[in-house]
Amino acid sequence: MVDMPRHDRGWVRTSDAPDKPAPGNVAGPMGWISDNLVPTWWHGLLSIAGFLFLAWVAWGVIEWGILKAAWTGEDREACMASVEGACWAYVGAKFHQFMYGFYPFSQRWRVDIVYVIGLAALVPMLIPSLPYKRENALFLLIVYPLIVLILLTGGDFDISLAVFMFVATLVGIAAVALPIASQGIEAAVRNDRLPLMLAAGGLVLWVVSWFVPPMWISIGFTTVPVLRLVVFVLFAAAAALSIAVTASRGGPGSRSAIASWVIVAVAAFATLGLLSVDFGLSTVRTDQWGGLMVTLVVAITGIVVSLPLGILLALGRRSDMPIVRLLSVIFIEIWRGVPLITVLFMSSVMLPLFLPEGVTFDKLLRALIGVALFASAYMAEVIRGGLQAIPKGQYEAASALGLSYWRSMLLIVLPQALKIVIPGIVNTFIGLFKDTTLVSIIGIFDLLGIVNASFADPNWASPQTAPTGYFFAALVFWIFCFAMSRYSIFMEDRLHTGHKR
Amino acid sequence: MTAAAERQARQDRQRVAFFNDPRVRSAVVQAALLAAVAWCAWIIIGNTIQNLQRSNIASGFDFIDTTAGFSLSFTLIPYSETSSYGRAIMVGFLNTLLVASTGIFAATMLGFLIGIMRLSRNWVISTIATIYIEFVRNIPLLLQIFIWYTAVLKPLPGPREAPELGLPYPSWGMALFLPLLAIGVYVLIRGYRMLPNSTGARVVLSLGFVLWLVMMWFLLNGLGLSVVEFVPMGMYLSNRGILIPEPIFEAGSQVALFAFLIALVGAWLVRRWAIKRQFDTGQQFPHVLTGLGLIVGLPLLALLLAGWPIGVEMPELRGFNFVGGANLVPEFTALFLALSIYTAAFIAEIVRAGIQAVSHGQTEAAYALGFRRGLTLRLVVIPQALRIIIPPLASQFLNLTKNSSLAVAIGYPDLVAAGGTVLNQTGQAIEIVMIWMTVYLSLSLLTSAFMNWYNSRMRLVER
Repeated sequence: MVDMPRHDRGWVRTSDAPDKPAPGNVAGPMGWISDNLVPTWWHGLLSIAGFLFLAWVAWGVIEWGILKAAWTGEDREACMASVEGACWAYVGAKFHQFMYGFYPFSQRWRVDIVYVIGLAALVPMLIPSLPYKRENALFLLIVYPLIVLILLTGGDFDISLAVFMFVATLVGIAAVALPIASQGIEAAVRNDRLPLMLAAGGLVLWVVSWFVPPMWISIGFTTVPVLRLVVFVLFAAAAALSIAVTASRGGPGSRSAIASWVIVAVAAFATLGLLSVDFGLSTVRTDQWGGLMVTLVVAITGIVVSLPLGILLALGRRSDMPIVRLLSVIFIEIWRGVPLITVLFMSSVMLPLFLPEGVTFDKLLRALIGVALFASAYMAEVIRGGLQAIPKGQYEAASALGLSYWRSMLLIVLPQALKIVIPGIVNTFIGLFKDTTLVSIIGIFDLLGIVNASFADPNWASPQTAPTGYFFAALVFWIFCFAMSRYSIFMEDRLHTGHKR
Repeated sequence: MTAAAERQARQDRQRVAFFNDPRVRSAVVQAALLAAVAWCAWIIIGNTIQNLQRSNIASGFDFIDTTAGFSLSFTLIPYSETSSYGRAIMVGFLNTLLVASTGIFAATMLGFLIGIMRLSRNWVISTIATIYIEFVRNIPLLLQIFIWYTAVLKPLPGPREAPELGLPYPSWGMALFLPLLAIGVYVLIRGYRMLPNSTGARVVLSLGFVLWLVMMWFLLNGLGLSVVEFVPMGMYLSNRGILIPEPIFEAGSQVALFAFLIALVGAWLVRRWAIKRQFDTGQQFPHVLTGLGLIVGLPLLALLLAGWPIGVEMPELRGFNFVGGANLVPEFTALFLALSIYTAAFIAEIVRAGIQAVSHGQTEAAYALGFRRGLTLRLVVIPQALRIIIPPLASQFLNLTKNSSLAVAIGYPDLVAAGGTVLNQTGQAIEIVMIWMTVYLSLSLLTSAFMNWYNSRMRLVER
C-alpha cells in the first residue's frame, strides 16, 4: 500500500461531504406510499388522476348495477321506470333459460345431476394433494362423458347391428393380438403359429372379397356373401384360439394381457348396452338444449377430445417417420391457420357434403366435431412444446432400457412433458371456453346465443335489457376464465420445481 | 474387418426377424396410414361428387362472374347489386384488410401503453393496467363485439337527435389559467425537492395542487372567463355511425405526396449523416427531431405554396340521414374497438414479459456506465426486449386478423361474411371455403415465414 498522493486539483474534495439526513419513511404503510404513490411529483399527480379514474369507473358500475337498478318486476315496466340502471328483474325472469335453454322444465334435474357429478369428480382432480388421480381421470375422460350423454339426451339410442358388429370385430382383432401382446411378436410367431395364420388367412380373404363378385348364401335369418362368412369364421376361430393359448400359458404377461382385453371388451359392450338401454328417460333433442349447459358441453367435449388427439398429433409431428410427420404438420397447420368461424361454417355446410346420402348429423354434433378438431391442433402445439423441453437423455435412457416407442412415451416422456405444459393446457382450455361463444353464430343457443335471443322478447324490451344481459353473460364467462387462469398460475408455482434451474 | 467379425455381423442381422426391423416396421406403419388417409379421401370425394350432382351444383369457379344481386353495407371499392360475386368477395377481402390493419395499429399502441403501465412503479397505474388486462382477456371477444355494437353504438340517438361534438379550444380565461398552473407546478416541484423524506407532506402537496387547479378552473369560469370553449367540429355520434368531416383532395394536392416522399428520403439521409458524424467525432445531432420536422413540415409547406388545395366536406343532416362527410359505420367501429381492445390486453402481457425478461444486470450495467433512465430504456432494454416481444406479437397480429372474421356476427361485410352470403346464394360451399382457407392460410404462412426470418436474424450470436 502506498500513501495517497496529495491532491491539489480543485475538483478533488479535501474534506468529507456533509451528511445527508437519514431517509424518512422506508418501511411500513408510509414507506409503501412513499415508494409506490408519491416517489416524485409527477407520480403523485398520476396517482391522484388514477385514483379519480378508478373511483369514477367503480362509482359508475355501482350506480348502474346497484343503486339505480330494477331488482324485481314482472315485465318491462319494471325496467322502464329507471332507464339508467341495470334491469336485474329481466335476468331473474330469464335465469333458467340462461342456464338450461329450452330444456323441458320437468327434466332439468338431469342437467343438475350432471353438474353435481362433474363437480364431485373435478374438485378432487384439481386439488393436488388428494389421491386416486388416475382413477379419477379415467372416470372423467371415459365414464363421465357417457353418463352426460345418456342423462342429457335420454339415452335409448338404436344401435344398429352394423355398429355392434363393428365393435365386435374390433374386440376380436384385439383378441388375435393377445399372443403378440403377451410375449412379443417374435415369440408369438414361434409359439402360436396357428391362430396367427388363421387370422392372416382371414385378412387375405377379406381383401380378396372386395374384388370378386359376392356369392350370397342364406344362414337362418339373413343372407351373407359366402366369402365374408368364411372370413368371419376364420377370424372367430383365430380369436378363440388366441384367447385359449394365451390363457393356458399363464404367467404374469399373459394374465395382464388377458385381463386388459377382458376389461376393454366388457367396457365396449357395456357402453353399447348402456347406450341402447331404455332408462325411461324422455328423449330431449339437442335443439332444445341451450344456455350455459351447451357452453359447458361444447367446452368439455372440446377439452376431452382435444387432449388425447393433441397428444397423438404432437407425437406424430415429432415422429421419425416422414409421412406421419407430414400428415400431422398439414393437419395442425390447416386448423391453426384458419379462423374458428370458418371451421364452424365448414362443419355445417361441408360435412353434410362429405357424408353419403341419407346420413345426417345433429347440428350440435357437427359443431362439436369442428370445435374438437380445431382445439386438438392448438393442443398439439402446446404439447409439442412440452415434448421439446424434455432433455434428449430421457429419450435415450428409455431406449437404453429396451422400452418400445409407446412404452417409453407413456412411461417416461409424456408424464414429464404433460407436467411441464399444464399451464399451457389450461390456457388452451381458457381460449376454447371463450371460443365456444362462436357456435351462437351458426344458430346454436349457447349462453351468448340465448342471451341474444332473449332480446327479441317484447315482454322485456327496454333500453337496459341488452346491457344487463351482456353484463350477466360477461360475468359468467369471466368467473370461469378467471378461475381457470388462477388455477393455472397456482399449478405453475407448484410445478416450478425439478428441471428449472 | 476380419472374416470372423463379418460373419458375426451377418449372423446378427439374420437373427433379427424382418418384422422387428425398425425400417420395415416404419415403412409398414406409414404405408398403412397413407392407405387409410387415401381411402378416407376417396370416400369423401366420392360422396361429395354424388351430393353435388344430386343438388345440381356445378363445381368450379365459374360463378364468380355471375351478378351478385345483393348489397353490402360497407365498401372501399365501387360495388353495387349488379357487381359480380367475385367483386363481392374482393370487397370482403379489402374490408378484412382494413379492419385488420387499423386494429393491429391501435392494438399495438394500446398494448404497449398498458404493458408499460403494468410495469410502472406507481401502484395506481399498474393496478389500472392489471384490472384492464384481467377483465378484457377473460371475456369472450364475440361478447365484447356484441357489447360495443348492441349495447353501446346502436342505442346512440338517431341522426336527427345526434349531438354534434365540439373541439376544445382555448378561450380568454386560458391566459390567466396558464400562469396559475405554472405557479402550482412550481410550488409542487419545490415542495417535493424540499421535503424528500416526508411522505405525508408530499401527499398533501399533490392533493393541494389538484385542488388548486380545480378551484382556479371554476373560479375563472364563475367570473365569466371560460378557460376552454367547445367549437362545433362537424362530428356526430349517431346510430347510423360516427360522422366526421371528409377531406377532399383537389387537383394539386399531389405535391403533398411528393413532398412527403422527399422528406422521407431527406430524414433518412440526415439520420445516416448524424450517425456517421457521431461515430467519427462523438458529436450528436438531433436527427429524430429534424426528421420529424421534415416529414411533417415539408408536405405542409408544399400545400401552403400550392394554395392549400384541400377542401373539407362537412356531414349535413338532410331529411332523416346525413349527407356528405365520412361515415364510420357502427359495424366497423364496434369490430375495430373490440378487436383492438381485446388484442391489446394480450399484447400488454407480451410487452411486460418481454421487458421483464431482460436481466436487471443489463439496466444496472447501463446505469454504471452513466446512462440516464431514458437512454437505458432506449438503447439497452428495449432492443433486447424486442427480440423476445416480436415473435409472439406477430402471432397476436395473426390472431387479430383471424378474429376479424367475427364480423359476420354483426354484419360487417368482411371476407367471411361476404363469402358466406355468396355461399348461401350459390351453394358453392367447396369453392368459398377454399377461398377462405387460401387467404387465411397464406396470411398465416407469411407470418410464420416472417417469424422464422426474424428469429434467425435476431438470434443471439454466441461463442
